[in-house]
Amino acid sequence: MIEYQTLTQVTGPLIFLEGIKNVGYGEIVEIETDGERRRGQILELNRDKAIIEVFEGTRGMDVKKTKVRFTGKTMSLGVSKDMVGSVFSGLGEPLKGRIVAEEELDIQGKPINPSAREYPKEFIETGISSIDLMNSLVRGQKLPIFSGVGLPHTELITQIAKQARLLTGEDFLIVFAGMGIGYDEARYFREEFEKTGALERIVLFLNTATDPAIERLATPRVALTAAEHFAWNLDYHVLVVLTDMTSYCNSLREVSSAKEEIPSRRGYPSYLYTDLATIYERSGRITGKKGSITMVPVLTMPEDDITHPIPDLTGYITEGQVLLSRDLFRKGVYPPVDLLSSLSRLMSKGVGRGLTRDDHKSMSNQCYANLAEVEKLRALISIIGEEGLTETDKRYLEWANRFEREFINQDENERRGIKQSLEKAWELLSIIPEERLKRIEKDLMKRYMRGE
Amino acid sequence: MIKGRIERVTGPVVVAEGMLGARMWDVVEIGKGKLLGEIIKLVGERAFIEVYEDTNGLEIKEPVVSLGKPFTVELGPGLMGSIYDGLGRPLERIKKELGSFIRKGIRLTTLDRKRKWKFEPKVRKGEEVSGGSVLGSVREGSIVHKIMVPDGTEGKVKSVRKGEFSIEESVCELNNGKRVKMLQEWEVRRTRPYRSKVGLSEPLITGQRVIDSLFPVGKGGNVCVPGGFGSGKTVLESAITKNCDSDINIVCRTGERGNEVTDIINELNESKDRKGRPLMEKSILIVNTSNMPVVARETSIYTAITIGEYFRDQGYNSIVLIDSTSRWAEALREVSGRLEELPGEEGYPVYMESYVGEYHERSGRVENMNGSFGSLTLISSVSPPGADFSEPVTQAVLRATKVFWGLDQKLAWRRHFPAMNWLISYSRHLDDMLPWFKKNVSKDWDVVTKNLRAILQKEAELERVVRVVGIGVLPEKEKFILEIARIVREDFLQQDAFHTEDSYTPLDKQYALMRDVVKLYEKGLKEIESGKTTDQILTKSVKERMARVKYD
Repeated sequence: MIEYQTLTQVTGPLIFLEGIKNVGYGEIVEIETDGERRRGQILELNRDKAIIEVFEGTRGMDVKKTKVRFTGKTMSLGVSKDMVGSVFSGLGEPLKGRIVAEEELDIQGKPINPSAREYPKEFIETGISSIDLMNSLVRGQKLPIFSGVGLPHTELITQIAKQARLLTGEDFLIVFAGMGIGYDEARYFREEFEKTGALERIVLFLNTATDPAIERLATPRVALTAAEHFAWNLDYHVLVVLTDMTSYCNSLREVSSAKEEIPSRRGYPSYLYTDLATIYERSGRITGKKGSITMVPVLTMPEDDITHPIPDLTGYITEGQVLLSRDLFRKGVYPPVDLLSSLSRLMSKGVGRGLTRDDHKSMSNQCYANLAEVEKLRALISIIGEEGLTETDKRYLEWANRFEREFINQDENERRGIKQSLEKAWELLSIIPEERLKRIEKDLMKRYMRGE
Repeated sequence: MIKGRIERVTGPVVVAEGMLGARMWDVVEIGKGKLLGEIIKLVGERAFIEVYEDTNGLEIKEPVVSLGKPFTVELGPGLMGSIYDGLGRPLERIKKELGSFIRKGIRLTTLDRKRKWKFEPKVRKGEEVSGGSVLGSVREGSIVHKIMVPDGTEGKVKSVRKGEFSIEESVCELNNGKRVKMLQEWEVRRTRPYRSKVGLSEPLITGQRVIDSLFPVGKGGNVCVPGGFGSGKTVLESAITKNCDSDINIVCRTGERGNEVTDIINELNESKDRKGRPLMEKSILIVNTSNMPVVARETSIYTAITIGEYFRDQGYNSIVLIDSTSRWAEALREVSGRLEELPGEEGYPVYMESYVGEYHERSGRVENMNGSFGSLTLISSVSPPGADFSEPVTQAVLRATKVFWGLDQKLAWRRHFPAMNWLISYSRHLDDMLPWFKKNVSKDWDVVTKNLRAILQKEAELERVVRVVGIGVLPEKEKFILEIARIVREDFLQQDAFHTEDSYTPLDKQYALMRDVVKLYEKGLKEIESGKTTDQILTKSVKERMARVKYD
């Protein structure tokens, strides 16, 4: 292997090298400064010059002594069945011990042929009413959580990961990728799984806030490569948790800026959409394959702003979103899901008669209609006060208060079956005059409201 | 053959040296893996190339070979009911032959060479033919696929053959020795020829009330459909493709969700059009999901439009639906950034707007080279960041189109579907379409629709007042107008795309619904003057009747 000692420049996370020969675009390089080894990837080739992104950051590097070797390989991950239960770095190296790889896979993955996809429609019960009944998740879906700084998304995502299963009782293998998260968050997640003795069904990839920011760019791809091996080669049903995508995007912005690329909105590179798509689109189901990849990415919206490029572009790629609300959080509701701004695009074909229960769709529609009505009423109250309200209006408000406290709100360890969630929703619905319940068919009303 | 070497690689852009003589937009093969790309800029002996596929692994000095012709798409029997990527590669056959994932360097022809088609000649010996002349036809499902003389070929028919042929076999020989086969190729970035553009005179009937009655598009027109995520764009588009009275649908999903594409494929396979034919028979899908290579996304819309023109040339009314133009523009922006071009607004290249204008001009109703009339209607959806319509792509498409269907996230959150904002949307085809509506639906079509619009406009004005003072203090007349407007919104504008009856409303019924509301409005205004209240006029039974009729 030829070694180059021809650095010309170090800028942020990038190094510039010249005099190189026969290297491939995207190739992985090994970099050594005073005995310290790092890894990097070629971002640009220009004649005999290369721009290299250093995953571990460039702290302590110099121009004179630093040596660079080209590996001739693009970034890959050695995958194996034995990865289950282990913890890996953000670049996919085991933190303890060694894993004997069954296969080396390119972490970029390959796009699924759109005509080989199977439409996702198997309902996943997370045991959380606001998701199961109102924004159902199905196997093969990508449903992000749009959160804000300080909101309990770590608790929510942990609860989803712990409880998610099919109605037939099948569990998931959980692949967890932490990017720029606090050490305590990572520990919380791990300990919660330890408590339930479910460690043997998770694979953890951790890039914590103290780890180099550039390493984060590889973390979701490394995690997804492992997930793909389990799903497509070993027939597992995999649930991938990616948190926090905002840290990932900020690292992408850092590299783009160091390369002096022309920035798009808020300084993010113009290819942010494409880049995010190459991550999110790796979930799905494939015709003829037993396994599946379901994805729940978490992102914290800067200033709780849903029009910020990260949530905005994510929303265009994912199949809906679960939005956490600061207002509900302040009211002490957990999980503080803002239902009117949440959506699951794949819900309609995954629930209902024969799948969950025949009243599922109508009930969800009715609750949404009620919530929209309540929102209008609350806006009205803020102008004219509660005196002007009719008797029916007041019933709506009572429904809303109890809906928040008894339906949306639940314990971090409480698993509510879909039937339980439906029963609760029926119980609350009796507050509202029956003639206003237009979204519910008469026969459902008879059967479930009056028990006929 | 021009052969150069790679000098620089940056993302999807490769710079090659030693390319003197290569032409702009020519297709090249790059590297040992023979990846495809096209030349987008020439500086001296240097060619700047956008590569259709992932460039990882390319090395400096690897060969670059120009194929000496621009990117073309194959046209001929076998297109109907197929699914292609942005480069016209058959995704179904790729799945069968190469598995579930898309690898680099796949070369499969758009059309199947082996399949035989039953050719029915129409021309006779001795007839003069030229580019566009129909020689005969083959049947593809329920579509009569006309076989035309390629552009630039002409002469007298010497012999024509009847029977079963593959697309590469000659079906007709001319006196000058030229042989015509069913397969043609066309440069995707070049407009296909026609005799002349003619005015639009007939609406595309979609069965969607808010479209047909308020914001109709003529066959051959173009539409801008912007909407933030969750505003119901996809559902509206599928309602249009399913129900509209086009002959051919070309659905171009570029930079979109994989699972959604699967949903569309399933829907096309399972649904029937208004004539009861399987929807897939009249459809062609061009798909480049967001994780497939960026440059192919850029090409895909040209591929789709070219196929649309090809069927227009056969005398059909085709529609091309692009979702989404924003992803196309982003691909353009990404490549432009790599070329280090001076950016325009929001980083988009300054030529983005003229490109948008150019390809929108390819829509229209035309008299074809063979004397028939055909049309291509272009529906461009836009995904504005943050649902902000003032951004450059929405604005560029708006300037290039005549009809605007503005989808509104706020309406969608209130579960008002289709979430088309009636206050900002417009159609500049109204006057052109009016004679058709008057002749085919009702003489007072213009009066009724104008009144309906007036009610909605009035509501918007009143709502401003209500927001300040509350509804209680409004005079009875205004209260009544607000109630009527609610009926228009809830019982006419809102339409359930999943309800068997409601998903399609024939024009005469649309007219009847509007006429009833307008009558109720005019009668009510008089009754209010004579002292009646809103509740007395719009009783529970009246309201219920208005709410029910659309389902009957």
